[in-house]
Amino acid sequence: MSAHACDAIVIGGGHNGLVTAAYLARAGKKVIVFEKRHVLGGAAVTEEIYPGFKYSVCSYVVSLLRPEIIRELDLPRHGLRILPLESTFTPLPNDDYLVRWADHDQTRRELYRHSPRDADAYDDFGRLMYQLAVAVKPILAMIPPDPTSMSPKDLLGFLKLGKHFRGLGHAQFHALHKLMTMSSADLLDEWFETEALKATMSASGIIGTLLGPRSPGTAYVLLHHYMGEIDGAMRAWGFAKGGTGAVSESIAAAAREHGAEIRTEAGVSEVIVRHGRAVGVALESGDEYRAPVVVSALDPKRTFLSLVAEQHLPGDFVRDIKRFRIRGSSGKVNLSLGELPDFTAKPGVGPLHQGAISISPSFDYLERAYDDAKYGEFSTRPFMDVIIPSMIDPEMAPPGKHVMSIFVQYAPSDLRGGWDEAKREAFGDAVVDTLAQYAPNLPGAILHRQVLSPWDIERSMGLTAGNIFHGELSLQQLFCMRPAVGWADYTTPLDGYFQAGSGTHPGGGVTGASGRLAAMKILGGKL
Amino acid sequence: MSPRVFGRPGVRPEGPELLPVFPPEYTAAAVLRTTPFHRRTEALCEAGNWRRWSGFLAASSYELHHDREYWAIRNSAGLIDVSPLHKYRIQGVDAERLLDRLVTRNVAKCAIHQVLYTPWCDEAGKVMDDGTLCRLADDVFRLTSALPNLRWLLDNARGLNVQIEDVSDALAALALQGPNARAILTEAAGGVADDLGYFRLTEGAIGGAPVQITRTGYTGDLGYEIWTEPQHALTLWDALMAAGRAHRVVPAGLLALDVARVEAGLILIEVDYVPSHQAVIEARKSSPYEIGMGWTVKLDKPGFVGRDALMAERARGPEWEFKGLEVSWDAMESLYGAVGLPPQLPSEGWRTSVPVYAGNRQVGYATSGCWSPLLKKYIALAHLQTPHSATGTHLSMEITVEHHRKKAAARVVEPQFFNPDRKRSNPGRADRS
Ligand SMILES: Cc1cc2nc3c(=O)[nH]c(=O)nc-3n(C[C@H](O)[C@H](O)[C@H](O)COP(=O)(O)OP(=O)(O)OC[C@H]3O[C@@H](n4cnc5c(N)ncnc54)[C@H](O)[C@@H]3O)c2cc1C
Repeated sequence: MSAHACDAIVIGGGHNGLVTAAYLARAGKKVIVFEKRHVLGGAAVTEEIYPGFKYSVCSYVVSLLRPEIIRELDLPRHGLRILPLESTFTPLPNDDYLVRWADHDQTRRELYRHSPRDADAYDDFGRLMYQLAVAVKPILAMIPPDPTSMSPKDLLGFLKLGKHFRGLGHAQFHALHKLMTMSSADLLDEWFETEALKATMSASGIIGTLLGPRSPGTAYVLLHHYMGEIDGAMRAWGFAKGGTGAVSESIAAAAREHGAEIRTEAGVSEVIVRHGRAVGVALESGDEYRAPVVVSALDPKRTFLSLVAEQHLPGDFVRDIKRFRIRGSSGKVNLSLGELPDFTAKPGVGPLHQGAISISPSFDYLERAYDDAKYGEFSTRPFMDVIIPSMIDPEMAPPGKHVMSIFVQYAPSDLRGGWDEAKREAFGDAVVDTLAQYAPNLPGAILHRQVLSPWDIERSMGLTAGNIFHGELSLQQLFCMRPAVGWADYTTPLDGYFQAGSGTHPGGGVTGASGRLAAMKILGGKL
Repeated sequence: MSPRVFGRPGVRPEGPELLPVFPPEYTAAAVLRTTPFHRRTEALCEAGNWRRWSGFLAASSYELHHDREYWAIRNSAGLIDVSPLHKYRIQGVDAERLLDRLVTRNVAKCAIHQVLYTPWCDEAGKVMDDGTLCRLADDVFRLTSALPNLRWLLDNARGLNVQIEDVSDALAALALQGPNARAILTEAAGGVADDLGYFRLTEGAIGGAPVQITRTGYTGDLGYEIWTEPQHALTLWDALMAAGRAHRVVPAGLLALDVARVEAGLILIEVDYVPSHQAVIEARKSSPYEIGMGWTVKLDKPGFVGRDALMAERARGPEWEFKGLEVSWDAMESLYGAVGLPPQLPSEGWRTSVPVYAGNRQVGYATSGCWSPLLKKYIALAHLQTPHSATGTHLSMEITVEHHRKKAAARVVEPQFFNPDRKRSNPGRADRS
């Protein structure tokens, strides 16, 4: 048994678990990571499902990978390359389209074509969002203070926060207030008149939630989109060369260099508890490992309800975790293509194929897609965020061939009658059929197709209910309430047991922020 | 269908730079816009030296060096394509009311066919943009601006009886600037502009093209701007070039214009000041008083945007002033002499932020500067903290001598380094409007 002892055990080799392991190892701790699957990365993974075609199976764009992680773990030296993904093309049913390009003048010209007023408003809106993102951003790099605690440290934390927001100008403060309470549709309606622009912009507010653009609370999520812009010069936003798995691989390489040991195909079956303390883990293979620090980088449901026997945790805490909202709303379709999609709205091959393609013609369209999900069906005409990774990194597909990544909403985890293989493929058919309305050559170009419903995401990647963020990013589940009041600082009611997954502040996405802050907590506040 | 352009069969691209070559509709010239004069300017632009101006391609210089173009502006005449300006037509019984509410100058006093130079501010009295406002008829105005202002105008016009139209694309514009400008127009427009007063408008025809002519410009010299509909643009260009040949007219690009406008002490938005609605932090914003536009603020005019804040600022005195700096030749000579070189002068106007000192304390920063070929002086436009901004104050400006930062003595002067009589005068009468 002593041969199996180390300083810290990390459960789950998703990118957050790897980040925690890397920082702990960097601080001189002897760390071992156990990952259930044969590959690392969790939802940030690249897999060659069909020979020659590499899929970013789940997560497909790097949006908010924390610049301090890139820097501190020296990820570029470990292979991280973030390539530009700059335009967003929205084809419309009337064969018109809307593109937002990387270039300001080019975008302005295109917006002007739809609405001269919106062309002006777009710049002003962008500036306001930028200012707000600057204001809110420090929170992302902060261990949430405990509102119920009277400890000087927590009080200081709130004081700092209060000061910070008082520093905002009037206009910005009001805008922030609106953002926290409004729906993205209401907010965008105040600024713009072009339906396709509003709907496409609202999409970042609904991704990963089982809410529509007209549901209150979705405006705030829009802001996250602009966070990446602050780090624009660092380019923390874009497409990872080699697919999103390359992000996880680079973090793993950094962790290994610092001496961490990483095991795959090593699922943990339970956390061993002795005298009210986590002391190690038992693997599915039966092996046991001991360490004074055990970190779970799985989602809160798995962390607390499946790895730890209920009697080791306080009853009200277990109740909070059971109530934690973690409905799945999204699916993913990955295609191998013999040729590029040819959009009737803008025929031929152009730079738009190197950017995002958004199926979001109007609020009504998105809201209708949500209506299906509200009543337990997948959307027959879904919202889609599409990219063609092989146009950005040619190594993603054999020469002349392509891969296409399609993020789809809505696919509710609680599908009426439950998911099965037939329903999953029917969902895949709806996706291809919808895209074919805009690019009729698509069905004929498909060589292979992989469809993931929330059910598949849960079964293969281990994300409860297939929720992409390990729990919805609704306001009551953010900051000091993520995942439960009193336990937002990466500790848990079980001594020696810590949490580092996306179910903790600041939440989901390939950010690494949770993993880094957890390591900071474990190391006593300093990395 | 199969993709139209994609790599070469069997050749594996190695990096993102080898990705597909896209059809010509995506080249820079197609993605940026070209002005109605482009067919002429493109043919003349030997230097191939273009830059962007409000989403348009604009010639930086036509010849390899902008020298001759600059001297044309000061010595004969330069012809400059200024079509990329934003232009708005504001019409209706409430047009005057709307504009008086927005700009700092007194629009009610603006006569028909008079042009006002004016900034406009936000509620906090910080400058958003500046431009010219022309009264075309009793209730018709045209506003030109450097930045888009459509939304600002529309938002403020709510409930008023006005129509606001973006006429940017409906008007092509040329600036004809320099001492021979009047003579060229006399020939080309048959004398309609001979007696045109400073900041006034007249109408006429040039080469058969209906035009409006304003006695305005961005060079601080005798000069005119000529406005016409795009379909007449080439006719206008050709007629002016033909009439100008004997008067040595030269197409001039933005490099030449930049030197001229620094000499004239004319401020440039996004270079010399940050428009308030683009400023991410408060400290970047400026009031009209701080950027040499105090004279345009008519506080006796009731309720215009920013008035309360500007009243308060006038009462307490602005913190900054926008002034000229003349860098001492002797100082340059001794700093360069110390490394065995004669003074090295900038060959073009520069647009960076350069620290200005009183002793060892930084008291300001210059935002534009150039060697004035006409005045034979190294000049700059600078923001100075008020205790140090009085004309005649001795300060120093940072210069980099052989990779080392030095301070060169400089004297505070009025920003109009060059301000010839011919700019506003008429031969017939002593116009001082
Ligand atoms: C379809 C989809 C698309 C997305 N798109 C984007 C996007 O474009 N951009 C973006 O920023 N974010 C995106 N996300 C969200 C983002 O991918 C996730 O929020 C993030 O990757 C979660 O990282 P994590 O490390 O916290 O957890 P996970 O990635 O879930 O990692 C948990 C790991 O634990 C392992 N595990 C589970 N159980 C056990 C066990 N018992 N023992 C050992 N190991 C176990 C899992 O196999 C997994 O590797 C997407 C997510 C999905 C599902």
